Order: sequence, then structure tokens, then C-alpha cells
Amino acid sequence: MKVRILVSLKNSVLDPQGQAVKNALLTLGYDSVKDVRQGKVFELELEGISHDDAERIIPEISDKVLANPIIEKFSWQILEKD
Amino acid sequence: MKFGVVIFPGSNCDYDTLYVLKDVLKQKTLFLWHKEHDLKNVDCVILPGGFSYGDYLRSGSIAAFSPLMQEVKEFALKGGLVLGICNGFQVLLELGLLPGAMLRNKNLKFLCQFVHLRVENEATPFTNKAKKSQVLRIPIAHYDGNFFSPPDKIHEIKKNNQVVFRYSDAKGQLSEDANVNGSLESIAGLRNKEGNVMGMMPHPERASEVLLGSEDGRIIFDSIIHWLGNRGG
Repeated sequence: MKVRILVSLKNSVLDPQGQAVKNALLTLGYDSVKDVRQGKVFELELEGISHDDAERIIPEISDKVLANPIIEKFSWQILEKD
Repeated sequence: MKFGVVIFPGSNCDYDTLYVLKDVLKQKTLFLWHKEHDLKNVDCVILPGGFSYGDYLRSGSIAAFSPLMQEVKEFALKGGLVLGICNGFQVLLELGLLPGAMLRNKNLKFLCQFVHLRVENEATPFTNKAKKSQVLRIPIAHYDGNFFSPPDKIHEIKKNNQVVFRYSDAKGQLSEDANVNGSLESIAGLRNKEGNVMGMMPHPERASEVLLGSEDGRIIFDSIIHWLGNRGG
């Protein structure tokens, strides 16, 4: 089973890297860009686990390790089922 | 009285810290390897600066899961003295021993320079040799030192007198310019509620001899020695 987890800074937290990317895009003339938030993508390959168990451990892994819940939020999706 | 300096893969201030404690301050000091499970009866654990595990994932995050850190956590919860310097501070935040998190510096630059720190709390095991509002000159060297905490937590941190150092100018005045990395409330150093764990972004071990441009950093180590001595450690 392949899972994609997206981690990014919470909306309430300033994202200086996203701001720098936004400014670069505006410099290039992409005037329609109103905001940029930068994040991280994790792709996990899971083996020997049921769909229900995967749904249980993915948020656990994200909360405990992949994201720092003080500043970051996460979302995830299952890309391929076994 | 015995000090332990933890080494993670990627620590790079471990020898500087050991040198100051052992050679400058003549204290019994040993290294603790991150894979060990034994703190070897040290009285104070120091997490040195560097880039533990290459700062992969988030600064300090992987180090927080190492075997020795579980022992350090237990030691801290029992009241043991723990000091985290720079990357060590980041590890303490990731471990949850100190509140908050670090964001990238506001100007997106790695900052390596002397800064001024105003002592906000001199009644700690780490600052008892300093005077209230004393200004210390100690260098910083970091990319992720922009302290952040949600509004409800920062209220609690201030209420509990947990702010130990703030970035200031040479006269002790706070300003946006003096707050080089953009930290919330200019916070440069923080202690836990109980007072036995402290993290600071500046490097006292790099400012403990006149030859290096400042010996203000010694105040931190001298304070620990004084505190442990009084406790009979």
C-alpha cells in the first residue's frame, strides 16, 4: 500500500520560505499569485497491514514524527492499495 | 560533580563544550554517546550544538528519538539538570521538555554572529551568577532559531517566568533589529516550569575565554557549578 502524507505549516504560522517563493513568482510577473505555503511530502510504502490499521497508524506516525503539531498540520491519502 | 556532554551524529560543538568544562573550568566531564542507555551518574547533561542527523526532517527531531534521550527525559522529569545549546535547545523542544518550536530565521539566512542577551531570570540553576537585566555578549550560529509558540502557551510561559534570555542591544533595550532571527517576544533562552531544564540558542561554550572575544558564556557554566555545589552534587 502506498500512502502520501503532506505536511505544511499551520495557517496561523508565518511561512517565510513560502513568502520568498511568492515574491519570486511576482517578480516573474505571475500577478495572480496571492499566497504560497511551502510544505513537505512523504511517500510511505506499507506492507502486511489492513486498510483499517493503516488508517489508524498513518495519523499516529504523522502526529508523532513527520509533523510537529505545534507549528504544522498534515493531510494524507492512500495512493495504491495492495 | 560530574558533567555529561551528549554526542549525536552531526554534533559539532561537543568538543568545545567538553573543553570549557574540563580544561577551562576543571570539572569532571565525559561524553555520552546517543546510542547508550546509561547517563553514568552525571549531575548535569548538556546537549551541544551542531546538526544532529543532518537536521533531517526538522532540526533536532530525529535526535529526540535516540535511546539516550529517553534516559535524559526521565532524568529531567526527576529534576536532573539539563542544558540544551542551539541544536540541543531544538532537541529539547522536539522532546517536549521545553514548550514551543523553532521556525526558520525571519530573513531566511544562517546567522553566525555575536549578539547581546538580556538576562530575564537570574533565579535559575543556569543564571544565578548573573545579575538581573545583565547584558551578555555571546555568539549565535543557526538557521532555525526563530522561536514560536501559540498565544495561549506564550501567556503561560511568561506567567511562569520561563523566559531566561531575550535578544537585546548592548544597553539591554529590546528592538526588532536586535531580535535578529525574529523570535516571538525576542526569546533567546527558555526554562521549563520546574526550572531544571534550559535551552538557549546562543553558544556560551564559544564565549568562555577572553581570547575568544568574550567570557560572558562562563556565567552559565559557573552558575551550574555554583548551584550543584550548593546542592552538594
